[in-house]
Formats: sequence, C-alpha cells, structure tokens
Amino acid sequence: MSFDNAYESLIDQEDAHWAFGTGFTESLAGVDRAVPATADRADLFAYCLMLGDDALVLSQRLAEWCSRAPELEEDVALANIALDLLGQARLLLTRAGEVEGRGRDEDALAYLRDEREFRNVHLAEIECGPLAGGDFATTMARLLVFSSWKIAQYQRLRAFVDPVVAAIADKGLKELAYHRDHAAQWVVRLGDGTDESHARMVAGVRRVWPYVDELFTADPVEQRLDVDPAAFRSEVDDVLAAVFAAAGLERPDPVPAARVNGRAGRAGVHTEAMGYLLAEMQHLHRSLPGAKW
Amino acid sequence: MSSSWPLWEVFVRGKRGLNHVHVGSLHAPDAEMALRNARDVYTRRNEGVSIWVVPAEAITASSPDEKDPFFAPSGDKVYRHPTFYAIPEDVPHL
Amino acid sequence: MDLEAEFERTVAAEHRVEPRDWMPDGYRKTLVRQIAQHAHSEIIGMQPEGNWISRAPSLRRKAILLAKVQDEAGHGLYLYAATETLGADRGLLTENLISGRQKYSSIFNYPTLSYADVGTIGWLVDGAAICNQVPLCRTSYGPYARAMIRICKEESFHQRQGYELLMTMMSGTDAQRAMVQESVDRFWWPSLMMFGPPDAESANTEQSMKWRIKRNTNDELRQKFVDMTVPQAEKLGVTLPDPLLKWNPERGHHDFGQPDWDEFWQVVGGNGPANAQRVAHRRKAHEDGEWVRAAAAAHAAKRTRTKESAA
Repeated sequence: MSFDNAYESLIDQEDAHWAFGTGFTESLAGVDRAVPATADRADLFAYCLMLGDDALVLSQRLAEWCSRAPELEEDVALANIALDLLGQARLLLTRAGEVEGRGRDEDALAYLRDEREFRNVHLAEIECGPLAGGDFATTMARLLVFSSWKIAQYQRLRAFVDPVVAAIADKGLKELAYHRDHAAQWVVRLGDGTDESHARMVAGVRRVWPYVDELFTADPVEQRLDVDPAAFRSEVDDVLAAVFAAAGLERPDPVPAARVNGRAGRAGVHTEAMGYLLAEMQHLHRSLPGAKW
Repeated sequence: MSSSWPLWEVFVRGKRGLNHVHVGSLHAPDAEMALRNARDVYTRRNEGVSIWVVPAEAITASSPDEKDPFFAPSGDKVYRHPTFYAIPEDVPHL
Repeated sequence: MDLEAEFERTVAAEHRVEPRDWMPDGYRKTLVRQIAQHAHSEIIGMQPEGNWISRAPSLRRKAILLAKVQDEAGHGLYLYAATETLGADRGLLTENLISGRQKYSSIFNYPTLSYADVGTIGWLVDGAAICNQVPLCRTSYGPYARAMIRICKEESFHQRQGYELLMTMMSGTDAQRAMVQESVDRFWWPSLMMFGPPDAESANTEQSMKWRIKRNTNDELRQKFVDMTVPQAEKLGVTLPDPLLKWNPERGHHDFGQPDWDEFWQVVGGNGPANAQRVAHRRKAHEDGEWVRAAAAAHAAKRTRTKESAA
C-alpha cells in the first residue's frame, strides 16, 4: 500500500542527488569568498591547483573503471567515488581561478593548462587498472593510500588560512572517509580471500608504494603556507598499518621512486602516463576553440 | 561457472516517519558490502536515509495462495528460487 | 479453483501479479526474457556513452555523463532484481548475454563518434526508450512495474540533459551545429528501429498485449515518438533526415518513411557496427572480475566459519 508513496519520497527530494544539478556553489553557501589578505596569492593559487589536480586526475583514472568493474554493484560504487573527487576538483579549481584573478574558470584550468602546469602527485596519475598497469587490487591499494593521506590533509585544512578551501575540505572529509572505508574493506577482502587475490593485493601494494614518499614531501609552497604533509605521516602510517594487519599483508619497505633533478608532481614533473591522460582528457575541448558546452 | 555472491533484500526508510519498505535486491559477498551497495544503488548519493539489508534466504513468507503448486516444492524462500528452467533461446526482437 | 482462470482475471482487471502468485509458464518465460533483455540493454548501453567520459569537453559535462552512465548500471540492477523474483539467476543471465544467447537493444550496437552523440542519445534514444517504457509502469507484473516507475523518472532526466546539451551546442559555433546535425542524421533511423519491426512482422505482440506485459504495439509507439519529436527538432533547429516526414491533418499524425529494415535485421542478427565489440567488452569485464568475486566470497565464507567456531 505505502510502497509507491514511500518510493516517491525517495525520488521526489531528489534534484540534489543528481550530478545534473551541479549547483556546487550552493554547497558552500555563506562562506566568504574574498581572498584572504594574509596569504600570498601566488602560493594560494598554486596550492589550490595542487589540491584540485590531485582530485581531478584520480577521478579521471577511477572513471576508467566505468563499465569494467568486477561486479555491477562495484561499478556504481567506483563511479560514486569518481564523482565525489570530480566535485572536489571543480570546487578547488574554481577557487584557484578566483584566487588567481585572471578570469580563468574550472574548465580553463582543467583543459588549457599543459602538463608541466599540473601539480598533482604521481600517485594520482599512474595507471593502476583497469587498463595497463594494474588491476582491481592495485586500484584499491592506491585508493586506500590516497584517501588515508587526503583525510589527514583535509582535517588540517579545516583551519586553513583560506576559508573557501577550509569549507571544501570540511565537506570533502565525509566523502573521503567513505572512500577510505570502501578501499580498506576491499584490501582486507582481497588480502584474505584466495591465494590469487592475496598475491594480487601484495603486488598492488608494491606497485603504489614507491609513490608514497612523495605524498609527504613538502613543496616550498606548502612550507610557506604552513601545510607541510610530513606533519601527518605517522598518522597515515598508523591507519595503513591497521588495514594491512587486518588484511594479512606486510607493508613493503619504503623505497621511494627517485625524483627528476629533485622534482616530482608538485613541481610539474610527471610520469610518462600523465601526457596520455591529459591528451585524452583535453583534446576535444582544445580542438573546438570558442565552443559552448 | 562463475562465482556469484548471495542475494540480499533491501529495505529503505525514505524519510523519518515512514516505515522501511522493500525496494529491491542486490548481490554482495557480505553484509557490509550489501549495505554500501544498497546505498549506492537504491538511494544513490542521497544521505540520511536508513537502510536494512537482509539475506534473501533468511526471509520466510506466507503464500498469497496456499494452493500454490508451482512453488510448493521449493519451500518458503520467496526470492531465491533456484533456476528451474533454462532461459529460452532468444527471439530477435526488442 | 482454476489457477489459470484466476490469473487471467487478475490480469484483465489490471491488478498486479506478484512473485509468489501462480502464473502460466509462458508468462514467466516471456517476462524473464523481456526484463533480462531490458536489463542487458541498460548494461551494454553504458558503453557507447561511457566511451566519452574521459574526453568530456567540460567538467560539468563530465560529471553529468558519469552520473548518467552510473544510472544505467543502477537501472540494470533494478531490472536484474526483478528477474530474480521470477526465479532467474543473474549469473546465468550474464552468461546468456556474454555468450550472445540473449539480446539487448540494437541501438547500442551503433558507435558514438562525436560528443554530440551523447546529446542525441539522451534526446532520441532515451526519448524512444521513454515512449516504450512509460506504458510498462502499468505492466501486469508488480516488481517489473515498480522498477519501471523509478527508471522512467530517471530517464526523463537523461532525456532532458541530452536535449539541453544539444541546445547548448546549437547556440555555439558553426562546427558545433554541424556536429549536432551529423549526429542526428546518424541516429534518427536507428532510433525509429528501437520500437521493433512493423506490427505485421512482430511475433510476440498479441500474447504479450493480452498479458499486459506489453501495452502498445510497435507501430503505435513509433508514431507517438515521431509526433513527439518533430516539434522538438524544430525548436532545436535540426532537420530530421526523412524526406517523407510531414504532418497529415486527416490522420492528426505525422507521415514518415520506413527505416532500412534490412539493416535492422543485420544488426539484430549480430552484424551491427559494434555488436562484437560491445559483447567482448562486457565479457572481458565479467571475466576479469572473476578472481575478485571469488576472493570476496572466500573471505565471507572464512569469516562465517570464524564466527561459528567462536560461538
């Protein structure tokens, strides 16, 4: 009897749950968007790009799973996570454009910057499956490390000098907690499940491990803004250790990938995979200048 | 034959003041994943609703028609009948 | 009491048939086939649009498209759930799909070749699907009807976003307008084919109408779609590629030409432009996922054993 009514109630409150609405400024309603005078504009711009690019590039990677997940339910879950990160990226890049003050919007920043201007960490850009470079276990290993790191970072950013970034971080934390939980559950399942899944999980962790050190290496911009990620390394280590223990996995020895003349993703020096990722992401936008989408 | 996960029935409270109602089913390896999948599939990104998941096998149901000969041998499990007939070869049409 | 007569009465009175009710074997089989084909269509339908997620030309369009393709997975799941109330097994239905034994909507065997196709699929393909599906919200089988209510609501968002994308593109550059027209030219006839062959050649219609599994004939729905779409095309500023298309005041409907039914049967028969690719993609995802599904099942079994031995 009440079936259809109850169903209606699920459906009718709904515009918000459609990405279609995309009224994302509303989610930060009431936050003062004036650029704080106490922060260096160029540094703040660069830092917004770092945060925005991390989210955008990982979202692009996760969306590659769409129609390729191990089960249909997981397809929906991975798309949700990719959508959350894309939403964060849009807020952060929009904020970057405001801080820069040269009229660039989220799309100008996402589509018209060259590879050297992207400031995401390598962990976000490397291939971890479903295409070459990994599998579902590698994808979950990356997601676990990335979201554990991001949570620690965003927790501190709630008190950041820019109230807009602080509000974005506060909103993003709930999403990231869900991502980390999802990844942690899978790491435990796969670590414990079968011999094959255990071997794949071990290989997945090994694949992403060389990129962990970069997450905790401060860029000069981060040092000047007093957001040095080294400060929360042990906190993240503890989270990962707990998950690995439950999964029956050993943490690999820390063998960080060497940098290029001391530089890595934060300084715009990327892995070879990044050029292909951007070529695919940007080509349509760039090939029709002046188009309206 | 591929591994498939057990079936779970999903009940959702759309908003406060309403009962949980059955909205459908899904497959998941365990209760935790069933809950997460239920959130993602049946309430999509809509937070704040309450979800129950129940293994389909755990549901005992009355029959609307006690003379129900078709299902009599398969017991009272409503949703999880074994596949007792082959899917017919296709008619090219849709 | 005669079970069959009781069933006939229920259906004729527009009451819903529910999972544990007695039902004729043919009704059950026809329903499973129809719902499974519909579910397969949603799942295969993720591919042509998913093809453009990585290349979406703005972040807003990327979010919209990803959410839309995600919805299609959700729709597939609602429908597979409905088949399971009839005793079908999703694993077996998936096997039927990836072995090519069961079909899905032929429209998804056409390639998506430009971003305008994302809009055209929303407008024409989802529009045609809505014409087909709205009557199914009143179909005789309860779980199917309830799934369709929800799907139709979400599909109307999809159609709107498609039309809105095309409107935006038509207000853009000449290159964009040309891209939209080219896309409409490619998808118009396949969209008309979505309603199936002409009634005279359609094998299943009569019995399905009686069972209230199907509520309108193919030709009725096709006419309705054309009548609905023509004014939308005018408003959009695109030409529908049919020289015979014109308003017939006597009938109160548009006259229109026939799709190339030979091409239709070719595509249905497995030789469409993308049939092999679509099925291979789905098969690969399913097979690549096998070790994950097996691992999760093994982990759950181990935990159950641990709990039992602890108790």
